[in-house]
Amino acid sequence: MGQKGTIIDFDIDEIPMKLLEMGCLPGNCVSLIQIAPLGCPLYFNVNDSHVAIRLETAKKINVVIETQD
Amino acid sequence: MAQQNIKVALIGNPNTGKTSVFNQLTGLRQQVGNYPGITVEKKIGVCKLSENTNATILDLPGTYSLNASSIDENVVIELLMNKNDDNFPEVIVVVSEVENLKRNLLLFTQIKDLELPTILVINMSDRMQLKGIELNIPLLEKELKTSIALISSRKNIGIEKIKELILNYKNLSTEPCLNASSIDKEYFDKLRKAFPNQLLYKLWLVITQDVNFLNLERNEIKNSFTKSHADLKRLQQKETIKRYQFINDTLKVGQTIDVSKATDIRAKLDRILTHRIFGYLIFFVILFGIFQSIFEWSKYPMEFIDSSFASLASFAKIHLPAGEFTNLISEGIIPGVGGILIFIPQIVFLFLFISVLEESGYMSRVVFLMDKIMRRFGLSGKSVVPLISGTACAIPAIMGARNIENWKERLITILVTPFITCSARLPVYAIIIALIIPNEKLFGFMSLQGLTLMSLYLLGFGVALISAFILNKTLKIKTKSYFVVEMPSYKIPMFKNVSINVIEKTKAFVFGAGKIILALSVVLWFLGSHGPGEDFKNAQKIIEENVYSSKIPVNPSVIPDRVSEYKLEHSYIGIIGKSIEPVIKPLGYDWKIGIAVVSSFAAREVFVGTLATIYSVGSHSDEEDTIKNRMAAEVHADGSKIFNFPTGISLLLFYAFAMQCVSTLAIVKKETNSWKWPIIQLVFMSGFAYLVAFIAYQVLK
Repeated sequence: MGQKGTIIDFDIDEIPMKLLEMGCLPGNCVSLIQIAPLGCPLYFNVNDSHVAIRLETAKKINVVIETQD
Repeated sequence: MAQQNIKVALIGNPNTGKTSVFNQLTGLRQQVGNYPGITVEKKIGVCKLSENTNATILDLPGTYSLNASSIDENVVIELLMNKNDDNFPEVIVVVSEVENLKRNLLLFTQIKDLELPTILVINMSDRMQLKGIELNIPLLEKELKTSIALISSRKNIGIEKIKELILNYKNLSTEPCLNASSIDKEYFDKLRKAFPNQLLYKLWLVITQDVNFLNLERNEIKNSFTKSHADLKRLQQKETIKRYQFINDTLKVGQTIDVSKATDIRAKLDRILTHRIFGYLIFFVILFGIFQSIFEWSKYPMEFIDSSFASLASFAKIHLPAGEFTNLISEGIIPGVGGILIFIPQIVFLFLFISVLEESGYMSRVVFLMDKIMRRFGLSGKSVVPLISGTACAIPAIMGARNIENWKERLITILVTPFITCSARLPVYAIIIALIIPNEKLFGFMSLQGLTLMSLYLLGFGVALISAFILNKTLKIKTKSYFVVEMPSYKIPMFKNVSINVIEKTKAFVFGAGKIILALSVVLWFLGSHGPGEDFKNAQKIIEENVYSSKIPVNPSVIPDRVSEYKLEHSYIGIIGKSIEPVIKPLGYDWKIGIAVVSSFAAREVFVGTLATIYSVGSHSDEEDTIKNRMAAEVHADGSKIFNFPTGISLLLFYAFAMQCVSTLAIVKKETNSWKWPIIQLVFMSGFAYLVAFIAYQVLK
């Protein structure tokens, strides 16, 4: 939790349009806010939108994680 | 001077306070209806702009973009595409809010591409300081080619500015913000050449969306310009990126955010409310509190309504001139209306809690917490909201399942929601429990009657989950697991929004279900007080002859009672009831209960009203008793009580499981677009109910 990163790319067929509209696009920042108690769904802040998605959708998105300093 | 009217459409993302803006503009001058043929709510209100100008404001369903993914969103697009629609707006008001301006502007830039006069409202200005946000409005107006009203619907600031902008809408620019067609120049140039008279963006929407637009041309456009689904989606992604680039560039100069000034209560609340232990604990405490208060608080107004209508009926009977018409009023209409109004307290409380939870932003956290658990049963976290609303009424609940993206999860939610104990079952439960469960306390503090009621709720919920589990295993539908939930910021619910919502929902119930109940009670009264043949007409004579010719001496004072009972037995309703008696006898019901059960297939709540009508037709006395006392007094021929323990339990179980609601079936048909699912529901649920009630009665007897 609290990890930050930048979206590189994703499998476009597996990502709902709505998520793109929320700002889940290559180049945008994403940070993990909360993981639901049973490991899914995940609650992110992406491009200043707060959104929860399931693990399998999240797995389709490639992110470079910023190293914490 | 003649009155002028401007047609306005209100559009915005969910959670931007669009509805509060609508409420502030129109007050209670609203009308709620449906769009023709679909069950999407259509809200229209009137707002006075000046001495001689009014605005008719249409509140469109919340949408994230013009890429429709639900029927609600389709409504928005179809309206904006159809210049001939009666509601086609002269000016569009896009509602956004300070905290999510970036995302809200995506929809705004799409709307601008339609080249209609568009006003941008930026709501929640009262939170700017809290979040360290500053906006350069003149600059934003210039970049976005629009006029902006910075407002706070909560604090009622800036509403006048919106009115002023609507009044002067002719000065607004209709120029798009950006040129979206540059994402694939060649493709769009071809499109432009083929349809020179159409707006390019509209054509693009027709190609990418499943919306109706100029039906004839639609096929033509599709055939010659179609691309593969994936190609189109790639283009849509490019389009979205392009729009965001524009928005980011605009906000870079027009908006400054000082993160150090932002105080974030949201993170703290999230940490507690979605905590692995406290999160669930809080949720269950809230649920428990809701149910507890619904029953405890609404008990008193409900008893009051029940007894007032009983005395009103007897008042009417005594003071109106005797005759058919008076009987219709005192035995048909008054008990019928009472049977509707008695639900109001519970419906009000339930919708009050649900709308407070939704308004505050807590509902999304519940969805987040429950998703994984619900998925084990083939449901989605988003099914929690329909399942909770189902305790009020299955109809809004089933409509609420619309925002579940995954079709299989949505279908299962729709199919199992009617198992949830809705408020229509409540009066049936309440009256039967009061008749068969002693009013005693377990361990001195738990009321036995309360516990019974709670177990019925749990039973309904449990059966809903089990059937969901079975459906999940048996339904062979392959769908992608799409699940996107916006987590809105926490807000204190606004009194005005909550109260308008509660009033609307209650009104919809009273007038929707009310009509059926009232009509049925009048029909039942007629069937119960009229009959074919000589037996009914000559009831008085037959009974008198019977009594006087009988060898055992009978007290003549029982004659009127006997006569009314004989009449009822030979009335139309009595004949119907008797003919179905063989089917319901194994469940422990007599023909009177049978009538009530059969008429309940129109709507469950008819049960109590039907028994009330049957018994008030069947009683000769002027003294109107409460329904409960009359039911308790009903006896079999051998003198044993009709509403005894086995019959009562059998009835409770039957009502818990049977699919007895025409309106729900109609809604399921609309939402699933086929008769297959409502018929399956009707057959399986009612068959299961019959079986369980049969077993229960036979074992307990």
